[in-house]
Amino acid sequence: MQPGTPAAVVRADRVLTCSAAAGEQGVHRGLHRREAQRRCPGLVVLVEDPSGSAVAFERVLTVVERFVPAVEVIRPGVCACRSAGVSRYAGRRRSKAGDRSGDGSGGHLAEEYGNDVDLAGRLAAAVGHGCRVGIADGLFAAGLAARRGLVVQPGATREFLAPWPVRDTLGRPELADLLVRLGVDTLGDFAALPPGAVLSRFGPDGARAHRLARGLEERPLALRQRADGLTVSVELDPPVDRADRAAFAVKALADGLHERLAAHRLVCTRVAIEAVTERGERLVRLWRQDGTPASSTVAERMRWQLDSWISGAGDRSSGRPTSGLVLLRLTADEVTPDDGHQLDLWGATNETDERVARAVARVQGMLGVDAVTTAVPGGGRGPADRITWTVWGEPRVPRLPESAPWPGHIPSPSPATVHGEPVPAEITDGDGLVLAVSGRHALSAPPAWLSVAGGRRVPAVAWAGPWPVDERWWDPAGRRRLARLQVVTADGAARLLALRGGRWWVEAEYD
Amino acid sequence: MDRHVDRHQVLPPIVTAALPTALPVLPALRPLLPGNGLRRGGVVSVSGGPGATSLLLALLAGTSAVGGWCAVVNLPTLGPAAAAELGVDLERLVVVPSPGRRWAGVVAGLLDGFDVVAVRPPGRVGPGDARRLLGRARERGATLLTVGDWSGAGLRLSVSAPRWQGVGGEGRGRLRARCLTVRTQGRGAAAQPRLARLWLPAPGGGCTAAPAAPAAPFTESGGRAATTAAGTGS
Repeated sequence: MQPGTPAAVVRADRVLTCSAAAGEQGVHRGLHRREAQRRCPGLVVLVEDPSGSAVAFERVLTVVERFVPAVEVIRPGVCACRSAGVSRYAGRRRSKAGDRSGDGSGGHLAEEYGNDVDLAGRLAAAVGHGCRVGIADGLFAAGLAARRGLVVQPGATREFLAPWPVRDTLGRPELADLLVRLGVDTLGDFAALPPGAVLSRFGPDGARAHRLARGLEERPLALRQRADGLTVSVELDPPVDRADRAAFAVKALADGLHERLAAHRLVCTRVAIEAVTERGERLVRLWRQDGTPASSTVAERMRWQLDSWISGAGDRSSGRPTSGLVLLRLTADEVTPDDGHQLDLWGATNETDERVARAVARVQGMLGVDAVTTAVPGGGRGPADRITWTVWGEPRVPRLPESAPWPGHIPSPSPATVHGEPVPAEITDGDGLVLAVSGRHALSAPPAWLSVAGGRRVPAVAWAGPWPVDERWWDPAGRRRLARLQVVTADGAARLLALRGGRWWVEAEYD
Repeated sequence: MDRHVDRHQVLPPIVTAALPTALPVLPALRPLLPGNGLRRGGVVSVSGGPGATSLLLALLAGTSAVGGWCAVVNLPTLGPAAAAELGVDLERLVVVPSPGRRWAGVVAGLLDGFDVVAVRPPGRVGPGDARRLLGRARERGATLLTVGDWSGAGLRLSVSAPRWQGVGGEGRGRLRARCLTVRTQGRGAAAQPRLARLWLPAPGGGCTAAPAAPAAPFTESGGRAATTAAGTGS
């Protein structure tokens, strides 16, 4: 692929990473694939290849390591460095994030250094084309700065963050939707809300997002002073010289760390993967993420590390290991107490969600994307109005707002069977005349017989109503006048009928 | 292995999350099911007249409430509001309303990732399909619920004798609650038939146990609607 081609790596119809050329046209991580293609018509869409990206990214990491001592990987293609550094603003922490695109794998490169703008230039030159670099206080702001390749003055983070929209920056789509509906469109507006109110309204996750919007670290700094993390390690005997032979040990380690963190109800934001060979050569790689990763994710990362180290990807100064691996160690750094993200009965939610997403994707492959739907509760009066069926994966937005009072709506219990297209019915009184509803909202006579869709007549034994509804009376096109009636027949079946346009219909059944 | 534990924190007891052998169900349904839950890898069929769909949703509710994922296939008239009132979390409910002829393949695909898959087969189920889906469910530890009869079902639930409360013959009030009889019959551990009387939906929502034997169901009448057995008005 040509260097300047706009490209994006996509997973489950969401953009994971994109090249600099695509980024310039407004494509960024988290965007829906269709939206990305709309913004950038010439976009080349690539399927995710995590292990290939990880191995390729090793090359970038080795380049970066020449500039800074400790590089943290956020995901293949994204890495962050944080150094207390020689900064002209003594004591201030600054992070820088950069974007790099190569053969389909985008990357953020975050780094902290003294002469920031100069460093940005040097890194971009060293890493290669497509590297976007941004500098700011804190990782979140640095990530946003990297999208535009900016350097933010220290202390000006909050002003820099203010004009960004909440929607695609916080990485929390439901919270962003809610904020937009409340009228909070930008990070600046969100940051202006009082922290106590945000915590009580949106919960701990919202409070964390609020801290990000204000330019602070996601978790309070004091907790990061824990010097000791949780470590699990395993010795390999006999020494292992191929990554796949260590697979079992890797999985056991990852599971062990995960269990330990879960048992102590801790969340770690950084994991250090370490491998030592017989001759004492060491490889340490730091991985950063949001919350505790699933053990399968950690095991996968360990395999990529070992793969790329053993196969000698990149021009590491230490070179390939000359002897077999004898020790593997996982350390959870920066552990903080878990504050509400519960593991459910089935273990880590990540794995479950992945399994579900794969199953859904398979069904969508068989029947088409629109075949799999989910229900979003909303407002409205009739049973069919109160539910919006959305395609799986689309944002869950109800057609009518739930918060409005909707006087005259069907009360609970709701019917278990709702006909999308009402079924014609005939309800007659004792003399065989079809029932009518008068202007005073009274039935012409008590119902006696009900026949659905021309079927057999069954006696009606109990009824409630009629409940008149006159919706949108001011709109000649959208006006709906109907009267609803609940009818119970002799077989115990209860139905919701509606009289509309002079005819009776079955809207729903209490099945 | 050397372990290094942070000693500053008081450690709560270790929680082992073992995979349960039976999916949880609502408390009112526990007496009906062997093992007090839906057996993983089993097939349960729900049949009978009015009330079968509500019973199906009530069976899903227990799993959904603890974080499980549920899928419903070939029920385009499903009422999600009723599901939510019984306790199903709509964010973890996936519906494939019209699978067409490939419904068996769709169900097989969903059994891979979901904890409970409910299906209403569009016609007669061939024995090959039934065997294949049973095998897939067993292999994945998922439960298959079917609306209508299923030849290899390990457990069969049927509903009968619905009685509504809240409406009468005068047009006052509204439907509030329904009393149902649920019978179970099955193989193996479920060989002993069980019977229970439930409120589904219960007066306050949800599904609860109802006492004693039912009175006579609604009586037939020609002409004017009868007020008998209608329960208390609102």
